[in-house]
Amino acid sequence: MTLELIFFLVLSLIAISTAFGMLLSRNAIYSALFLVLNFVTVAVFYLLLGAPFIAMAQITVYAGAIMVLFLFVIMLLGAESLPPAEVLPWQKPLAALLAIALAVEATFILITRARPVGQIVPPADSVNLMETVREMGMMLFNQYLLPFEVTSILLLVAMVGAIVLVRKEKRVH
Amino acid sequence: MVPVNYYIILSAILFTIGVVGVLTRRNALIIFMSIELMLNAANLAFVAFGSLLQTFSGQIFVFFVIAVAAAEVAVGLALIVEIFKSKRSIDVDQMSSLKG
Amino acid sequence: MHFAEEVTAGFFFLAPWIVFAPVIGLLINIIFGNRLSERMIGSVASVASGVAFVISVLLAYSVSANHGEVVRWQLAEWIHIGNLNLDWTFRVDSLSTTMMLVVSGVGTLIHIYAIGYMHEDVRFKNDIPRFRRFFVFLNLFIAMMMILVSGDSYLMLFVGWEGVGLCSFLLIGFWYELDTLGRPSWANSNAAKKAFVVNRVGDFGFLIASFIMFWALGSFQFDQVFEAAQGVAPGVVLAITLFMLIGVAGKSAQIPLYVWLPDAMAGPTPVSALIHAATMVTAGVYLITRSAPLYMLVPQAQYIVALTGAITALFAATIAVGQYDIKKVLAYSTISQLGFMVAAVGMGAFVAGMFHLITHAFFKALLFLSAGSVILGVERGHHHAEHAHHTGKHTKGKGKKKEEAHAQGHGEVFDPNDMRNMGGMRKTMPVTFRVYLVGTLALAGIVPFAGFWSKDEILLDASLHYPFIYLLLSIAAFFTAFYMGRQIWMVFFGEPRHEAAAHAQESPRVMTVPLMILAFLSVVGGALNLPFEGFHNLGHWLEYTLEEVEALPLDYGVAGISTVLALAAIALSWYVYGRNPLRAGEADPLKRRLGALFTGMEKKWYVDELYNAIIVTPYVRISQFLADVIDWRFWHDWFHEKVIAGTYNWLSNIALNRYADQRGIDAVANGLGDFTQWLSVTLRKIQNGFVRSYALSVLVGVVLIVGYLILK
Repeated sequence: MTLELIFFLVLSLIAISTAFGMLLSRNAIYSALFLVLNFVTVAVFYLLLGAPFIAMAQITVYAGAIMVLFLFVIMLLGAESLPPAEVLPWQKPLAALLAIALAVEATFILITRARPVGQIVPPADSVNLMETVREMGMMLFNQYLLPFEVTSILLLVAMVGAIVLVRKEKRVH
Repeated sequence: MVPVNYYIILSAILFTIGVVGVLTRRNALIIFMSIELMLNAANLAFVAFGSLLQTFSGQIFVFFVIAVAAAEVAVGLALIVEIFKSKRSIDVDQMSSLKG
Repeated sequence: MHFAEEVTAGFFFLAPWIVFAPVIGLLINIIFGNRLSERMIGSVASVASGVAFVISVLLAYSVSANHGEVVRWQLAEWIHIGNLNLDWTFRVDSLSTTMMLVVSGVGTLIHIYAIGYMHEDVRFKNDIPRFRRFFVFLNLFIAMMMILVSGDSYLMLFVGWEGVGLCSFLLIGFWYELDTLGRPSWANSNAAKKAFVVNRVGDFGFLIASFIMFWALGSFQFDQVFEAAQGVAPGVVLAITLFMLIGVAGKSAQIPLYVWLPDAMAGPTPVSALIHAATMVTAGVYLITRSAPLYMLVPQAQYIVALTGAITALFAATIAVGQYDIKKVLAYSTISQLGFMVAAVGMGAFVAGMFHLITHAFFKALLFLSAGSVILGVERGHHHAEHAHHTGKHTKGKGKKKEEAHAQGHGEVFDPNDMRNMGGMRKTMPVTFRVYLVGTLALAGIVPFAGFWSKDEILLDASLHYPFIYLLLSIAAFFTAFYMGRQIWMVFFGEPRHEAAAHAQESPRVMTVPLMILAFLSVVGGALNLPFEGFHNLGHWLEYTLEEVEALPLDYGVAGISTVLALAAIALSWYVYGRNPLRAGEADPLKRRLGALFTGMEKKWYVDELYNAIIVTPYVRISQFLADVIDWRFWHDWFHEKVIAGTYNWLSNIALNRYADQRGIDAVANGLGDFTQWLSVTLRKIQNGFVRSYALSVLVGVVLIVGYLILK
């Protein structure tokens, strides 16, 4: 029981519990906040795995931008009141059952088929954020140039689309 | 010295929770957030494998996933706002006009 | 017998015209008859018959010029099958020319008479266009009879035999929708049917005889048959001759097949005269004479034939005594005289038989035609009286006498044939009376009339060879004279018993002239074969054809006995009927005296009733049973309806419709549709519009696929 292991377990406990919290909370804002916590926890995981750039990106984009956007919309639309009757009574138990099955299956298949062998080596002390960024930048612009460019176009389209969607149509009478 | 299997199990659990959330909750925004959770679980697995195999490909992939997720959220939330404008509700059970 | 295949002298080439002349006559009448007047139609027919007579004379002359040689003149080939070679050949010899002369001669006279008779008859029965049909049938009869007598083989003879049977049917049923009194009825057509059916029974015998003939002797042609018959067992010839006797009994009205002839009086009187007195009924006698070589081989058959003839003669004569219808008396008289002829040829006295045939043709035709004249006279009187009543009723007062006489003329059914309605006709119809008297005397056998000579010859032969036959025939001769006397007293003497008789008128010349000719022949006809040396003309003539002819001299004993018997019978009839003539409404005097015997005679000894009970009624019952029960109830009603139709219905309705179609095929077809509908209704529920459930479906799919991948 090394220190990393304990650390990992504690963090994973937090991650799982915040996930459950997001799932089960009645208030949408609480769900969003739980999710933010989850994202932060996952960012810490990234750090443990020696991906500091990604960790920063996670916090900045995911927890910072995306979740804030979520919170904006939640507050805009208001925490809705749930209608009293449940329309699909069999949905929840079945979903839970199937989800557990999926989890078991996924674990099983990834472990047996993929057969990863080995331990995650914690990052060496000499791991430098700047080194990582430079390496990533090199890879991005050399091997993964096309996806990079396409992703930029995608972001452009998303922006335009979002604006177009909420624009009020001028009705022609 | 965490065995990679633990990361995989964790990723699976998080993914499963996300799936349950998509299927169970009626609030469209909560469903959206569960989708983000699922993406995150997948990202975690990517990074874990990338770290195991001592390659940057995993991180690059996660980079792209995050970018796409951002775009998707933007558009998706715009859509939800639009739906709210016409239906006055974001309960997905009330959006069953396509029932047969 | 001499044969001449090559015709050297004579008119033999005219032979086919004895058949074709009447045929041409009838064709002219059929095709053009509706445009010709009655006189023309009758003349055409009479001329056709007369031409046949002239040719017969020429043929007879040719035969005698050829010294009696038999000439066989072939007209056409007929049947050539295997061993059977038959042609339509005319056999011209003395026997056939004799028959031809009688048929065509008497036939022509009757044709002429019939012009007058039918002229009145169609007016009494109100169907003038039917005049033409009568003469067509008469000519057809002459043609058929000529075929019969001129045939060279039994089969040719049979063609004519059947043909005259047909003509008999057609002519008896001439007024087929009426009865003799002119009322609508089945009576006349029943009489025609009876004649045909009874004749058929006789024909059956003839056919069996010809089958045996062909089977045993190998041919139908006369000469071949007679030659071959010499060489076969007598049993075969006996069978042939006895079966032929059945045919003769049918055609010549002998016991037991005579019953059709009295009913045949339903036809017009010329028919009765021609067919049922002079010609058709003599065909049987001709047949036996022609088959003489066969009969001479089997004496037992000869005796049976003679016995049949003699018994028939006596039987029929007794019935004739009790009849009231003038024609029925003559009919039974015909049967009786035919019995004489059949007895004669049965005894081997072929010449006597043929002689009596000829003389009988003369006086019986005379008697029938005179009776027809009487009947028409009474009918004329009846109509005359009715007119008088019609006109007289309004002017004169209604006394009781007038009412009685009136009732007599109107309302009641008047039978012109009934002798009880006649009386005193010798004053109203003198010519008819005189010729009738001549005929009666000839029939009764009073010297020197023709009937005496021919009947005497038969009796002479019988007395010599067959005493029992002689006894029967003598008694029959007694009765013959008696009933003819009775008829004379009842019809012509005394007072008219009905106003119709009182107003009777004589017949026109077209009818009385043939009567006078026939009366003349009845007087001098005896000269044909007088039993004196050198005068056996007919005997010599027929000797050419027949092998042996016994030419007997006159035996005064036999002749004397027969004359005495005839005169005694006439005296007796005068005593019963002539002395106190019958008055209107009186019963026959013999009824009182003989009682049940007379009733038996009057009712024809109930022979018809016997036949009805034994043969006709069971037959009708059987045929009704077969028709009603077997055919209708069983076959139609049950079998067709239940079995066939029912099975078919079951098959189509139940089996195919209900089970195969409705439950089977429809179930499958409809079921398919219903299933598809149910499936779609059920599956539609999956589209509930909720995105979450769609997502769940996706998850289910993912789980399953991943599971599959794991297990693989």
